[in-house]
Amino acid sequence: MRLIDKSEIIFKVESLCADINFNLSEDVLCAVNKNIKNDGSLSDVVLSDIAENAKTAREEKIALCQDTGTVNLFVKYGRDIVLSDKSDIYSLLNEGVKNGYSKFFLRKSIVADPFERANTGTNVPANIYMDFVDGDKIEITMLAKGGGSENASALKMLTPASGWEGVKEFVINAVKEKGANACPPLIIGVGVGGDFASVGLTAKKALLRDIGSHNKDAKYDLRENELLCEINKLGIGPMGLGGKCTALAVFIEPKPCHIASLPAAVNIQCHSQRKKTIII
Amino acid sequence: MIKIDIENLLKNIENFKAGDRLELTGTIYTARDQAHKRISKLVELKKELPFDLKNAVVYYCGPCPKSPDRIIGSCGPTTSSRMDVFTPLMLDRGVKILIGKGNRSAEVYKSIKKNKAIYLAATGGAGALISKKVKKAELIAFEDLGPEAVYKLYVENFPLIVVIDCFGNNVFERN
Repeated sequence: MRLIDKSEIIFKVESLCADINFNLSEDVLCAVNKNIKNDGSLSDVVLSDIAENAKTAREEKIALCQDTGTVNLFVKYGRDIVLSDKSDIYSLLNEGVKNGYSKFFLRKSIVADPFERANTGTNVPANIYMDFVDGDKIEITMLAKGGGSENASALKMLTPASGWEGVKEFVINAVKEKGANACPPLIIGVGVGGDFASVGLTAKKALLRDIGSHNKDAKYDLRENELLCEINKLGIGPMGLGGKCTALAVFIEPKPCHIASLPAAVNIQCHSQRKKTIII
Repeated sequence: MIKIDIENLLKNIENFKAGDRLELTGTIYTARDQAHKRISKLVELKKELPFDLKNAVVYYCGPCPKSPDRIIGSCGPTTSSRMDVFTPLMLDRGVKILIGKGNRSAEVYKSIKKNKAIYLAATGGAGALISKKVKKAELIAFEDLGPEAVYKLYVENFPLIVVIDCFGNNVFERN
């Protein structure tokens, strides 16, 4: 068994809050730069702003976007770990987020009740997804997700007969309807299979792949490319102002499902993707 | 790209067409979901408003808290369409310039045309960059709302794109 001091977890989560909010994922920045054509279009204006914004945020330690988001933590927790003072891992993770958002002047965007809408003032609770794995390490992936792109996301229970064409149509319609409001260029996570509760999480986890990475299943890799091409033909463009660069990537994650069902979810991510993984 | 102050933009509002770029200087007010809800309620109750709506510029924004060495934290635009239900009332009361991101409802288009107002977009997700254009910031109302409070900002050369002009033409159809 490995003893981990609770303060180490709190401190590392705290630092991760600053790291992701000040530093745009390298894969996103690279993809944005690749799409700048120097043709004087509004598409170029927006993409150049995004690249310059990333530089300002990194150099001056200002949040990339004022919507510093809901914090999602995807945790792989080794079974051979003991925490100091019999601490509860969920509390430590929330403590780290709370401290990080306060210390680094990040916006607190969580309201305690959906109707009362009083701000918790701490940006917690975070969404914590825990997997127990072999070993004595904790892997933490943090994804801070803004409200605008989350609002453009969708879930649908399709029938098996609708197949890939049905899923494709559903994803394209979701982007067509609300993509312009979600700060394109977008990264699109698609979950297929599982059930009503799990498919949304599958779509969210799909967002964690790096842009440029290939799906390990060749059939899905082709489907990802097909969807990306179709989406970029919609003409929405950066910030919805027109152009060919509506999405930077589509990631599809399939799961086994019931004989009667074909659940599908699309989780839309804005260009300001704030994600990083650490191992403790 | 035209550099212009608010007074001159208001005087020459008809010259600005969907798709034009400008850099705006002057005093603007942040207001998003809950602030709009409260302002609408105050209007209904005929109570004093946090700022004069006549010729006002409303910026849909909920900034990050400021660190002691800064004027303001990251402060980019939020999605405008969530404010659509409140916007005709704001425009009827005198608001002339709206700043946000994304498209608007048919009712907002109508109201912009009727009131000869203008809707401008800032680059979403460029909050760090935009914070450098803010030269003064003061919290003036609804402090309890946290990031949704109303701030009075003085901006210099705030880069914007005309999305809906005062004739109701928009940049989306132009493409």
